[in-house]
Amino acid sequence: MEKKQHERDLEREAQEELREETDRAYDVHEERVQAASEVETDQQDDAEPEHHRDFRGAYNAVVDEVDHEGASRTLWSDAFARLRKNKLAIIGAVWIIFVALVAITADLWVPQTLGSPTAIDSSQMASLARLPPSLEHPFGTDALGRDVLCRVIYGAQISLTVGLLATAISTVLGLIMGALAAFYGGIWDTIIMRLADIFLAFPYTLFVIVMLAVLGQGIQNVFIAIGVLGWPSIARVFRSAILSVKENDYVDAARSMGASDARIIMRHIFPNSVASIVVYATMNIGGAILTESALSFLGMGVTPPNPSWGSMIQDGQQYLATQPWLMLMPGIAIITTVLAFTLLGDGLRDALDVKMKDA
Amino acid sequence: MATSQEPLLHVEHLTKEFPVDSGVFAGRMAKKVSAVDDVSFDIFPGETFGLVGESGCGKSTTGRCIMRLTHPTGGRVVFDGKDVATMKKKELKAVRHDLQYIFQDPYASLNPRMTIGEIVSEPLVIHGEMSNTEERMDYVRKILDIVGLNPEHINRYPHEFSGGQRQRVGIARAFALHPKLIICDEPVSALDVSIQAQVLNLLGELQKEYGTAYLFIAHDLSVVQHISDRVAVMYLGNLMETSDWRSLYAEPYHPYTQALLSAVPIPDPDVQRSRERIILAGDPPSPIDPPSGCRFHTRCPIAQEICSQKRPEMREVAPGHHCACFFAKPFPIQGSSIEL
Repeated sequence: MEKKQHERDLEREAQEELREETDRAYDVHEERVQAASEVETDQQDDAEPEHHRDFRGAYNAVVDEVDHEGASRTLWSDAFARLRKNKLAIIGAVWIIFVALVAITADLWVPQTLGSPTAIDSSQMASLARLPPSLEHPFGTDALGRDVLCRVIYGAQISLTVGLLATAISTVLGLIMGALAAFYGGIWDTIIMRLADIFLAFPYTLFVIVMLAVLGQGIQNVFIAIGVLGWPSIARVFRSAILSVKENDYVDAARSMGASDARIIMRHIFPNSVASIVVYATMNIGGAILTESALSFLGMGVTPPNPSWGSMIQDGQQYLATQPWLMLMPGIAIITTVLAFTLLGDGLRDALDVKMKDA
Repeated sequence: MATSQEPLLHVEHLTKEFPVDSGVFAGRMAKKVSAVDDVSFDIFPGETFGLVGESGCGKSTTGRCIMRLTHPTGGRVVFDGKDVATMKKKELKAVRHDLQYIFQDPYASLNPRMTIGEIVSEPLVIHGEMSNTEERMDYVRKILDIVGLNPEHINRYPHEFSGGQRQRVGIARAFALHPKLIICDEPVSALDVSIQAQVLNLLGELQKEYGTAYLFIAHDLSVVQHISDRVAVMYLGNLMETSDWRSLYAEPYHPYTQALLSAVPIPDPDVQRSRERIILAGDPPSPIDPPSGCRFHTRCPIAQEICSQKRPEMREVAPGHHCACFFAKPFPIQGSSIEL
């Protein structure tokens, strides 16, 4: 439920933003077209090629000025350049890379400096439990005397693993289902899309919990459950992207040139519909991390003593009044990471959208 | 044009009906839109055949049926001696080497994720010509130069060009294989008037150079007049009148053509004010439920009883001038802007 609300908010925001962006891009395009038509009008009564070239030079200059870039660029490098200008997206990307690096290298340095995330030293438990943040324990310690920073770092491993793998599963399933529905149409479209509707009609979190109850707990079951249940929204997005791309004249143009179905799909339909999936999948990672946290909070996700941000919040909630860092630290970790994926997804959408430049 | 030759394209009784989806409960009772109904014409090598009509009259559908972008429901499309309408996929590919299409919307017809070079060389790649990339790109640069684009822009993307320039890219792509026939589906209607003339001139020059035949689809009689050797007028899926352009523009026989031509503004206010004009009432009827008999009888100023009962056949009213009307008679257009 939460996840859906979250998605809806995001969508609304994104739409507003896109509208603004489109207006801006339209202005730029207007300028450019004007410049171009000036050139063309001049080309018309153009006898000597000298003159000709001059005006082409002028046109190039205008275009280059508008683009701030050289003549030959690929759309992907173009997109990257646009992404780089989006500060929020870069902050998101940097944060994700930072969290990922820390999580990946955790085994190399965390046990030596912060201790084990799971082991409990029962002899010293009383003196180590629930210590406030200090130099030795930057995030404090929990009720069993374990370092909270250490557990947050290992929790990041789990969150990122679940987020990435669950999204990978939903994306692959969603792409296959969406493509089948869009290409074959007719009865296939009806079957797949009604199936998706049925999936979407179930309360998402409850559905995942039921699935976990059947599969049993454990990290791999968590990402399988989240991944398998996540395909309908990706399938819908991809299907509608393909359908709208399919209607374009350039697909007809390729067909009229005699291009094979495989070529039309690979060269024309896929490159023009994949951008929406990249964006959606990025945001989906954040959603999957949230779902995993919710499950662990409810005790359905990762089994203790393995650290998960959700179960850490669950453990810490009883100390909220006295030792708030127990709950705040993993909470901040969830918020920043999910937000980072959302910001990056937003930035990617703007950067990958060619229509923005077409206006 | 020499009409004694074998036609390059022979369209015979071409029919295209689209089923209308009228809901879950319509079942087998579903209605049909007859977009193209019993259309026949020939196009000869190297000539330009203009196909004019209001929007929705089926002219684009005719073009798409010839190209097999949609399956015709009936009739034959014989291109270069082979029937395109019933062809297998493999044979079709060979035909598409010689038959190309220029689209109306220069913004939608170019893949935004491909460079101009990739777009123009795509037909070459598809048909396995010039496997050497260097050679192919040199060739593409040459074509770009021919259509009036800067060959150095070969690595640019469509969004970096204006509408007129994009349409030139579309033309370059259509000409890459030196086809025998190009179907131009309103190639200039999306462009500014000043750029329309440039693109039409370019098409004319290319035709002179390569001897390509055009099927030129348009809703604008003055555009067709500039470029066509012969013109066919279409109304609600039927051909009304076919003729060489001089006699059609000077002395149309069909009341519909007469109405269309008298609606073309004449850039001389005196003539424009004083001339006799035929003004049609109402909108064209829906193609879902077309009128019986002659499809034009509901709006025709000279309709009689027979027009609603029998469909008039195409008949020769003057040498090379065919008209589908029982009461066809010449109607000289006053102050026609054409110098004869």
